[in-house]
Amino acid sequence: MQGWIHSVESFGTVDGPGVRMVIFFQGCPMRCAYCHNPDTWGMRQGVLMTSEELLGRFRRNRHYYRNGGITATGGEPLCQPDFLIDLFRKAKKEKISTCLDTSGVVFPYRKNGTVWEAAQSGIHEEIRGYGVRVPLKDYEELLSVTDLVLLDIKHMDADRHRKLTGHSNEAVFAFMEFLAEKQVPVWVRRVAVPGHTDDAEELLRLGEYIGGFPNVKAVEVLPYHTMGRSKYDALGIGYRLEEVPEESKEEAQKVRERILEGIRKRRNADGIGSKK
Amino acid sequence: MREEWRGFESGVWEREINTRDFIQKNFSFYEGDESFLTGPTEATKALWEQVLELAKKEREAGGVLAMDTDVISTITSHGPGYLDKTKEKIVGFQTDEPFKRSLQPYGGIRMAAKACSDNGYQIDPQIEEFFTVHRKTHNAGVFDAYTPEMRACRSSHIITGLPDAYGRGRIIGDYRRVALYGVDRLIEDKEDQKNSTRTIMYSDVIRDREELSEQIRALKDLKKLGEIYGFDIGRPAGNVQEAIQWLYFGYLAAVKEQNGAAMSLGRTSTFLDIYAQRDLEEGRFTEEEIQEFVDHFIMKLRLVKFARTPEYNALFSGDPTWVTESIGGIGIDGRPLVTRMSFRYLHTLQNLGAAPEPNMTVLWSPRLPQAFKRYCAAVSIESSSIQYENDELMRVTHGDDYAIACCVSSMRVGKEMQFFGARANLAKCLLYAINGGVDEITKKQVAPEYRPITSEYLDYDEVMHKYNEMMKWLARVYVNMLNIIHYMHDKYCYEKLQMALHDKKVTRWFATGIAGLSVVADSLSAIKYAKVKVIRDADGIAVDYEVEGDFPKYGNDDDRVDEIARDVVHTFMQYIKGNHTYRGGIPTTSILTITSNVVYGRHTGSTPDGRKAGQPFAPGANPMHGRDKHGAIASLASVSKLPFRDAQDGISNTFTVVPGALGRETIVISGDLALELDEGCCNPPAQNAEPDYGTAE
Repeated sequence: MQGWIHSVESFGTVDGPGVRMVIFFQGCPMRCAYCHNPDTWGMRQGVLMTSEELLGRFRRNRHYYRNGGITATGGEPLCQPDFLIDLFRKAKKEKISTCLDTSGVVFPYRKNGTVWEAAQSGIHEEIRGYGVRVPLKDYEELLSVTDLVLLDIKHMDADRHRKLTGHSNEAVFAFMEFLAEKQVPVWVRRVAVPGHTDDAEELLRLGEYIGGFPNVKAVEVLPYHTMGRSKYDALGIGYRLEEVPEESKEEAQKVRERILEGIRKRRNADGIGSKK
Repeated sequence: MREEWRGFESGVWEREINTRDFIQKNFSFYEGDESFLTGPTEATKALWEQVLELAKKEREAGGVLAMDTDVISTITSHGPGYLDKTKEKIVGFQTDEPFKRSLQPYGGIRMAAKACSDNGYQIDPQIEEFFTVHRKTHNAGVFDAYTPEMRACRSSHIITGLPDAYGRGRIIGDYRRVALYGVDRLIEDKEDQKNSTRTIMYSDVIRDREELSEQIRALKDLKKLGEIYGFDIGRPAGNVQEAIQWLYFGYLAAVKEQNGAAMSLGRTSTFLDIYAQRDLEEGRFTEEEIQEFVDHFIMKLRLVKFARTPEYNALFSGDPTWVTESIGGIGIDGRPLVTRMSFRYLHTLQNLGAAPEPNMTVLWSPRLPQAFKRYCAAVSIESSSIQYENDELMRVTHGDDYAIACCVSSMRVGKEMQFFGARANLAKCLLYAINGGVDEITKKQVAPEYRPITSEYLDYDEVMHKYNEMMKWLARVYVNMLNIIHYMHDKYCYEKLQMALHDKKVTRWFATGIAGLSVVADSLSAIKYAKVKVIRDADGIAVDYEVEGDFPKYGNDDDRVDEIARDVVHTFMQYIKGNHTYRGGIPTTSILTITSNVVYGRHTGSTPDGRKAGQPFAPGANPMHGRDKHGAIASLASVSKLPFRDAQDGISNTFTVVPGALGRETIVISGDLALELDEGCCNPPAQNAEPDYGTAE
């Protein structure tokens, strides 16, 4: 099976554990103000590659990836679900560790009581417009061959999320819940953008929210940087964060502390592990 | 057994000069971590302050603080020199004061005089006259023998960096022998060797006898050097401080005698640990004292200095001495050669701060103990000052007592040496193939007047045919130039002290080198997979190229071009091997221009890969800058396809990364929440910090 690929980084060390081959999927419905890969937004661009081609590259240099594996990122890998499943299924057959880096925003199901049913929202119309239809069982299959999900929760507040990314965060929460149900390990990510995603109260809420999921194994805070800035000029897209400074390491550390505080609060309240 | 050897496991090493046997019988493998290490002593800190102060003054003075202009450096030419005699636990400088550069004219008087004048000093006219009229130098000898063709190759930069005006280096004396046996015993051994040469005086026998006499003289001088500093190094070293001091005197004598391109130290840490271990057990010294000896020793190695010209420094991007020390590696019996001393050496980068010299080189193997690997990584992160080399590859050829000379040249210590051989510019050679031997910059006929390519577009088969012929020619001239150089170096600038610390029968590696490999690979790939149009000037010389279409580029793990690179290395090596080599040297080649690639590029015209005239080559076996599009592993995969068998003198890949690309800083990532939150909070308490996320291979 073929997928639209933006590029492949053979030496990825920041997207999941160990040294990983990082596959940048082409195409993303999100328009995050701080996105540093705007060149991965457009659907059906880039190069067509088969999963076999990608795994072939991995195999040739497998000894480098002993403690790593492959990471699908982008772009939004979930915009090409069939290809993603095909890739991960084949990878798992060879015992290759698989990691999915996603915003979860295209997850098209909502829980109603104990039942997952199709959600209705603009983004899903958009995705369906590309002919992508994903039965629930496909998502189940995908997660059965996914070792780790890096879930980027961009904002807890629906309106702020919409302003920041162009879409509601409803699907993100639904996907988090789905991941919890399937007991898939999750590392929660947050890009800390000064004045946009580092509000103390909201971070605490984020912590309290993810603290309720035992499958959340780690929190990664990525300090906002402007290295993607020049791509906007090259693509002729306006840059929305013109005046925003880069996030310092110290501030990022504080952001992380705040999220952890929320996690602690929630887990203590839930009585999980408060044996002391 | 001698008193100095008390407690040592006996073996063959007592009856013959055999350092490796001594190490194998006596070293204590250390599997633990760095927690035993101690910080710098007050004396160390004070001395290092003094050094930093002098270094500052040297920079302010424009790079040189003091130079000898009327004393010719020999092993015994100077009285003792100190930073602060009361504080130094290991002593000895090349001249009678630190930071003063010595005068070494035997490699070439013009170079020595120019090194002085370029730095604002004037060499004693009598010395200049003496070495011009009465005593010939290596450099003068070489130019007496060069053919016009060789001179043309030299001035057109198709063969460059030749050690024809400076010391060749790349010879490592087994300085450990001085400590283990004492100089008297080494002299006896050399006397025996001299007495046992063949008796019919063929020229090689005469040469052997003369060289052995020179070696004996050098050893006698070495003993005197010890006396100058108040030590009797005629006897073996009796403790670790003496062992370091004796060993250092051996090295010091070498750098007093030779201004070589690379004056490497060898593989000394595990050897010295045997003494340290005995002293710790006998209660003679504390760990802190031993670390202090090591710190002071390393400090001395950092202060080795040579008089050199700005051109030399430009070629090597700085003023390198290549005091390479090889650390670790695995023994052929499977025991890692890692000891506490391996840690102590690396620890100097923390006690004294980061420094490029001595060039600490870890002989890497997956089988090194985990704690040592971790410590290497930690020191690397802190200092960026450790070089790593593949022990798994080199052990196969050189066993487990080899060391690195310069940056990658491996040789058995005391048993093998190398004739250093600069580089052939294979990119320029390709242009010569296209232009029928005419230099694209000077327009002079340098190579034989082969038929040039006249077509508008380059044809792969035609280019390859002509390129092979041109490489064959280049290999012949190159090897013959090196034959002259090494003949003359042996004759006029013989490394008598370093060779005195070798066995009688020495294996000689005849090193060659190539530059511009990735330019050649990409050029040939462009010719094969795209269309390359030739732009010729009014004289009909191809001076530029237009590439139409895309082509596979070396550095992307793409076999189509990686195989071209591999074949070029193999073919050129075959041509090198087809020539007679001086003193039965075994030909090897290297792909390791680490800094000089800029200079080679400057002297090479536009190439068919789209590189413009004057633009730098990539260093060593690196892909051309910016052409590797798939990240480091794909890039390394291309490099690793080059056959080590054909490039046994080393393949280098200069790899620069911003720290952030090697992983997130520990402070921002948490691998496991259970560790961050209160213990037992959400998961069972983790035993280690490895993330628990699923399948691990």
